[in-house]
Amino acid sequence: MKILKAFEDAVKEFGVEKECKVARTGCPGTCAVGPAVMIEPGDYLYQNVTLDKVRNIVRDHIVLGLPIKDMLYKNEGFYKKQHRLVLRNAGKIDPQRIQDYIAAGGYSAVVKCLATMTPQGVIYEVATSGLRGRGGAGFPTGQKWGLVARAHGSPKYIVANLDEGDPGVFANRTLAEADPHAIIEGMLIAAYAIGAEKGYLYIRSEYPLAIQTLQKAIAQAKSISLLGDKVLDTSFKFDLELRFGAGAFVAGEETAILASVEGRRAMPRPRPPYPANSGLYGKPTLIQNVETLANIPIIIQNGGAWFSRIGTPKCTGTKCFSLTGKTNNPGLIEVPMGITLREVVFDIGGGVAEGRKFKAVLVGGPSGGCLPDTLLELPIDYDSLTRVGAIMGSGGIVVLDDKSCMVDTAKFFTEFCVDESCGKCTPCRAGLIRIKDIFDNIMNGSGKMEDISTLEKTGVFIREASLCGLGQTAPNPVLTTLRYFKDEYIEHIAKKDCRAGKCFNEKHEEV
Amino acid sequence: MQKDNHRLMLEKVFKEHEYQEDALLEILHRAQEIYGFLDRDLLMDISGSLNLPPSKVFGVATFYSFFKLRKPGQHVVTSCLGTACYVRGAEEIVQAVEKEFKVKRGGSTPDGKLSVFATRCIGACAMAPTIVVDDEVIPKATKEVVIKKIKEVLGGAESESV
Repeated sequence: MKILKAFEDAVKEFGVEKECKVARTGCPGTCAVGPAVMIEPGDYLYQNVTLDKVRNIVRDHIVLGLPIKDMLYKNEGFYKKQHRLVLRNAGKIDPQRIQDYIAAGGYSAVVKCLATMTPQGVIYEVATSGLRGRGGAGFPTGQKWGLVARAHGSPKYIVANLDEGDPGVFANRTLAEADPHAIIEGMLIAAYAIGAEKGYLYIRSEYPLAIQTLQKAIAQAKSISLLGDKVLDTSFKFDLELRFGAGAFVAGEETAILASVEGRRAMPRPRPPYPANSGLYGKPTLIQNVETLANIPIIIQNGGAWFSRIGTPKCTGTKCFSLTGKTNNPGLIEVPMGITLREVVFDIGGGVAEGRKFKAVLVGGPSGGCLPDTLLELPIDYDSLTRVGAIMGSGGIVVLDDKSCMVDTAKFFTEFCVDESCGKCTPCRAGLIRIKDIFDNIMNGSGKMEDISTLEKTGVFIREASLCGLGQTAPNPVLTTLRYFKDEYIEHIAKKDCRAGKCFNEKHEEV
Repeated sequence: MQKDNHRLMLEKVFKEHEYQEDALLEILHRAQEIYGFLDRDLLMDISGSLNLPPSKVFGVATFYSFFKLRKPGQHVVTSCLGTACYVRGAEEIVQAVEKEFKVKRGGSTPDGKLSVFATRCIGACAMAPTIVVDDEVIPKATKEVVIKKIKEVLGGAESESV
C-alpha cells in the first residue's frame, strides 16, 4: 500500500496524472518477487519494487518512455507455458471495483443465461465442456449439476468451498483476492441451473484479505441487483452469504463443510444419501470448489465445446497450481491439463533452487503422493496421477531437493493428518496414530525392518476402510514414499542413516 | 466497565445473528474478537443465550483449532508449519524460538508476555518460511530475524527474565 501511495505521489509530482492512472490490482502469480508493479500498455512487470525505486520508474518509464530493463521480471519461462483462464483477470483489474470486472466482460455470462438460456441449456453447456471438480476428486461438474437439478426437495442450496486447507496451496485465496466476482458469477449461474435461491461461500478464517475483498464484492453486486430478490430485474432470486471456517482441514470434505455451515463440528458422515439429494438441512445441495465455479462464466460465454478443446479429452480445461518448496519461481500458476511435471518444475519453475539436485515432487498436499524423477514425464491429469499413487487435490506442487528426507516428509504429512482427523472412524483415528508411532521409532533409531511392511499394510487398510476422503488419502504420502523411496526407509532402519543429512542429527543440532 | 461493554457487544452479535444456532461458528469468532479468547464462563453464557446444550457449544469450540480456550500472551508469535514453510526450515525456527524464550508451542511464557502457536498454512507459501509476530508478517524468515523481532516487541531486555 505504501508503494501504491508512492506511485500516486510521484505521478502527481511529474504532472502526468492525465496520461497515467495508478491502480491496485490482484496478484499476477509471481509471489516471490513482490511487490510487483505492472505497467500497461506493453505488459511490463517490475519485480521487487521498493519505495526508493518508485520515483525512478515513474520518471524513466512513464515520463521519458524508457523502461528500466534491469528492474523488469526476468523469468520469461514462468508465463510462457501457462494458460490463464481462471486467473484471467488476476493482475489486470482492481478487485475492489465491480466496474472493472464488468468492463472486462464480467457478468455478461449471467445476462446470457437469464436472457437466452434455460437451466437445462446451461447444464448441457457445462456437461459438454467436460469440466471436472477442481477441489480434488474430479467429479464431472455437469453431471453433478444435473443430479441436484433433478433432486426432489426445496429449497435447494449451493455451497462454494473456499476452505483450501491443504498446506502449501493458496490458489483459491489468490482468486478471491484478485477476482472475487468470477466466483460470485459462477455461483449465480450454478444457482440458476440447479434451481437454488440461497448460496453460502465457506471461507477459512486464515484468509482475512480474501474475506474483506469478498464482502465488498458481494455488497457491490447486491447494490446493482446482481444479488437479491430480483436478479437483474428477472424473477430469478439469489442471496449469498459468507460463512467462516475456524481451522479444521477436514471441513473441506463435502459433508463436513455442510456440518460446519450448520454450526456443528465438521465431522463427515456416510453416503448415501449424497448431498445432491440430501445436503444442507437435509435439502438438495450443490457443493463446488471456487476454482470450478470461476470456470463457469467463460464456459457460458465461449461455449462448452470451446472449453473441451483445452487440456486433454478426458481432462479438459486448465488447473491452478501453487508451486512452492525448493523451486526457483515459487508462485501461482495455471496450466492446461496434460502438461508434464517436468515442464512445470523445470520450464515454469525454473528448476531447483540454489542449483541443487531434484529429488521429488509432492503433488496433492497431505493427501497426495511423493513422486521421483522417473515420473517427471507424467502428464498432469486426474487419472494419471491416481495411477501413480498421488491425487490432483487442490493443486499443491512442492519441489524437494537432495537435502529433503523422504521418510521425514512422510512423517510430517502423517502428523498433519493425525492432528486434523475428526476422530469419528477407527481406521483413520487409530490407524494414523499407529503409523505415526512407527515413524517415531524409526526416527529415534529403534525401527525394525518389519516396520516397512507394517506401514504398508496399515496404510492400505486405512485407505480402504476410512469413512471420508481425509482418511482414504492420508496414507498416500507413506505409500508413495515406500513405493518410490524404499531405500531411504531401509537406510534409516538398518543403518540409522539419513542420506539427506536431516535425521539422527541431535548432536549436531545448532540453535 | 470493560466487562459490561464486552457483554453489550456480545449481545449485539447475538441479535445480528438472530440467536440462530447455526450461526454458532460466526458467534464464537466474534466473541473471540471481543474477549480475546473463549473461557468456560463465556461459553456457558453463549450456550444459555442461544438455548443450546453446553456440550454442543464446548464441542464446537474445542473442535476447531482457531478458537483459543486459554488466554494468549500479550505478544503472539504464529509460525506457519505448512508444507512449503516446513520444507524451507520453519520447524527449525520454531524450535529455536522455543529454546530461546523457554516456551513450548501452543503455550505461553509463565509471565504471560509471549505465546507461541504453530498453524497449518496461512497461504503465503511463496514467501516461506512465514512467521507472524503480533500482526507483522515476516516473509522468508530466519531464526535470527524472528528472535530479534520478538525481543523488540517484548521490549529489549526480556530474554533473561523468562
